[in-house]
Amino acid sequence: MTESSPATAALPAVRWCDRCGESVATGPHPACEAARAWEPPRWCASCRRRMKVQVVPAGWSAVCVEHGERRG
Amino acid sequence: MPEILDQARERVLGNGVGLDEAGILAVLNLPDEHLPAALQLAHEVRMRWCGPEVEVEGIVSLKTGGCPEDCHFCSQSGLFTSPVRSVWLDIPALVEAAKQTAATGATEFCIVAAVRGPDARLMKQMREGVAAIRAAVDIQVAASLGMLTKEQVDELVEMGVHRYNHNLETCRSYFPNVVTTHSWEERWETLRMVRESGMEVCCGGILGLGETVEQRAEFAAQLAELDPHEVPLNFLNPRPGTPLGDRPVVEGKDALRAIAAFRLAMPRTILRYAGGRELTLGDLGTREGLLGGINAVIVGNYLTTLGRPATADLELLEDLKMPVKALSATL
Repeated sequence: MTESSPATAALPAVRWCDRCGESVATGPHPACEAARAWEPPRWCASCRRRMKVQVVPAGWSAVCVEHGERRG
Repeated sequence: MPEILDQARERVLGNGVGLDEAGILAVLNLPDEHLPAALQLAHEVRMRWCGPEVEVEGIVSLKTGGCPEDCHFCSQSGLFTSPVRSVWLDIPALVEAAKQTAATGATEFCIVAAVRGPDARLMKQMREGVAAIRAAVDIQVAASLGMLTKEQVDELVEMGVHRYNHNLETCRSYFPNVVTTHSWEERWETLRMVRESGMEVCCGGILGLGETVEQRAEFAAQLAELDPHEVPLNFLNPRPGTPLGDRPVVEGKDALRAIAAFRLAMPRTILRYAGGRELTLGDLGTREGLLGGINAVIVGNYLTTLGRPATADLELLEDLKMPVKALSATL
């Protein structure tokens, strides 16, 4: 459903779930994985900041003040 | 054939008179084996009293999050621990969203704000935004800004907003379980003023908030009494951090029963698929609903969640040989 921009690949290591904001080190998040098809990210996967997310009819953008913008 | 469907065939299909609350409840209580017949009848009613066209709409959030109200289903309330942060859309991005929507063939573009009611800043943003869209995009502009004063209603009419959305969300008897910061009656008052202004009234709600089947019937009957131009039908998409975040999604068959029942309650209204259909109905159910009384869709993304790509819905409409309503037909 969503496609991340090339900038996503350049982000620092993923430490936090971008949907629930919890650690990904403890194991997979199947519910978050399923929900991701219908939701933009809310948490920065690198620093766990809540991102400013704008959804528009044909896409979304999510901005972390530290790690920049993701688009889908 | 259940008696209620025979009655509905004569009353609703034949005479264009919607079912009363008892009749709606009977449809909502139909056993599964009679659901196809109910959907078929609802489809015939839609085709007879509305026609084959489907109205396509896009929506966008002008002001997201930070809402002072406590609508228990909403991730944009500032009173819950939802991860949704407050953000404003600027005018160029608003116009671009309207262009994206128009490119799908949509005739409607609804600008939404998460507020109790608009303040001066929001009305200014609306004035500038609506003017910019009307100058650049061939599309009808609708708005959803919460509860309005009479002056604000008049101002929206002056801007050229042709339809105003204000959902009652659920029936009057269940509303206090869902919202405590304002009343059902306050919402009704805004709807009354919108109707008096000449703007089209768009009013629907969300199924799956914990209401009983009886209350679902009550809601449909209350909407029928309001007689809105459009009824957007949402199915709860439980949002993390909200009081209803752990509720189950509506069963697909219950959603389809509701679609048929709402159509049989309101034979002439624009009955629109809104949020939650992806979770509740999936692709197959979406198709069944369009063949069971639905005659309008929101395409693309919603306010804070994502929808199917517009192309998927447009291909489905083409497959069903349902033409997209043209802009000329709405003017």
